[in-house]
Amino acid sequence: MRDLRTEEMTLNMGPQHPSTHGVLRLKLRTDGEVVTSVEPVLGYLHRCFEKHAENLEYPGVIPFVDRCDYLASMNNDHGYALAVEQFLDIEVPERVEYIRVIFAELQRIASHLVAFGTFGLDVGAFTPFLYAFREREMILDLFEMTCGARLLYNYIWVGGLSHDIPPGFVEKTYRFLEHFEPKIKEYNDLLTNNKIFIERTADVGMLPRDVAISYGVTGPQLRASGVDWDLRRDEPYSIYDRFDWKVAVGVDAYGELGDCWNRYYVKILEMQESAKIVRQALDNLPVEGDVHAAIPKKIRPPEGANYFRSENPRGELGFYIVSDGGTTPFRVKMRSPALSNLGVIDEIASDWLVADVVAILGSLDIVLGEIDR
Amino acid sequence: MTRADIYTRLADQFGDSIVEFNDESLQRYIRIEPSGWYAVATFLKEAPDLAFDSLMCIAGVDRGPKEDQMEVVYALFSMTHRHKITIKISGPRADFHVPSVESVWRLADWHERETYDMFGIVFDGHRRLKRLLLPEDWEGFPLRKDYQVQDYYHGIRVPKIKPKKLTP
Repeated sequence: MRDLRTEEMTLNMGPQHPSTHGVLRLKLRTDGEVVTSVEPVLGYLHRCFEKHAENLEYPGVIPFVDRCDYLASMNNDHGYALAVEQFLDIEVPERVEYIRVIFAELQRIASHLVAFGTFGLDVGAFTPFLYAFREREMILDLFEMTCGARLLYNYIWVGGLSHDIPPGFVEKTYRFLEHFEPKIKEYNDLLTNNKIFIERTADVGMLPRDVAISYGVTGPQLRASGVDWDLRRDEPYSIYDRFDWKVAVGVDAYGELGDCWNRYYVKILEMQESAKIVRQALDNLPVEGDVHAAIPKKIRPPEGANYFRSENPRGELGFYIVSDGGTTPFRVKMRSPALSNLGVIDEIASDWLVADVVAILGSLDIVLGEIDR
Repeated sequence: MTRADIYTRLADQFGDSIVEFNDESLQRYIRIEPSGWYAVATFLKEAPDLAFDSLMCIAGVDRGPKEDQMEVVYALFSMTHRHKITIKISGPRADFHVPSVESVWRLADWHERETYDMFGIVFDGHRRLKRLLLPEDWEGFPLRKDYQVQDYYHGIRVPKIKPKKLTP
């Protein structure tokens, strides 16, 4: 028996594998079924976003920003537009702010629905995926009737919107909310409180608070670890300070704080809160008004640099923009939330089983488009 | 603490390492000598009244061959005190070395690798400094202003896009 040698084995997960949510390769070192280390290999979807941005005028960057986090294009547009507007020090009309918030929060619901559905798929539950896409479809219909696109919108522009909302949009959105809000209970019955689902996700892949902050984990993934922090409330941008809503934080229901179940459940709570914000924004939406602020035809921010961050469905989206006074940015750095969230995977997935790595990766809710840019 | 207070605190503690405090731009920043950066970073994180536990972003900037300067910009935030500061470190474009803070804030691990990948800035003391997004055998550093795309990669011609064609 003494002559028997046991070795660690390297196992490749991806790049072509449904549970990696895109083209991501994970190099797993395994000792039997137990994973000893995880090394993500990135770059399969690198499209040179930052280099392109240096050759485009400021408004021209927006379609490229769309394609970074393709599940939350509206939020990306919103973040970029706000970053440039802060740089230029311009105010946008009231009506624009409300419409932007409505779209940003609808997009957050749509993005979390994908996270909810695919996380179910990852741990072996197929049905929730169909439920999630049923509701997401309605949101995409709302987007389509507004700007013609279903995935990449180019809708929120620097200084306003590409065009106004169409007639009937407000009523249709109210109808959607009436349909959607009761559905959350359905999701909870179907997946959240499902015994098998809890066994797979509760007390798996715990992410302690300090580790999360040090790795720059943000968004629902950070709040699941018990950190009560949301940029929409704590560093209010746009008009988020006008709405009455609660920041969703992880709960001590089935397992420890910061486990996979909490990272999933915070997103369910956030969908509820986003629906509340959309409702209030619709109630207070100014009826009349222009959707373009008075901005110069050629945008030339003053020489200098600015870092602006906003809350994306996946966490903190930052834009560091350097201007040399010209019409094209001198440098654009996008701090993508999913990149930092994925960075923690070696820390939290080591010493778990291979099957748990799938659950942990799913709970981190990554989008490769913005990781690789 | 305001940014000016943070500057005074650092200047008292480290003296020569702190080069300047720019109070005029939209984003006010402190410029630091590369050699003193690791000690300053540890201090920024550990000192109870500063407590910068969150590194938001690291960005490299190439000022171009004319100015012959490169910069690394760190955006820091304290979750405890909710104050912010921007740190800038500059150096020559050729052979620019910056101490790694990857062990202070773990976020720096991948962000420093990305900055190395795109600018060729070397972070001394990083445990695994290699390219993050590009293939490991890629030539050159794409976000440098004078970057030329290599002609072939493993026998495949790399398509060239003239920057002027992108803007109408």
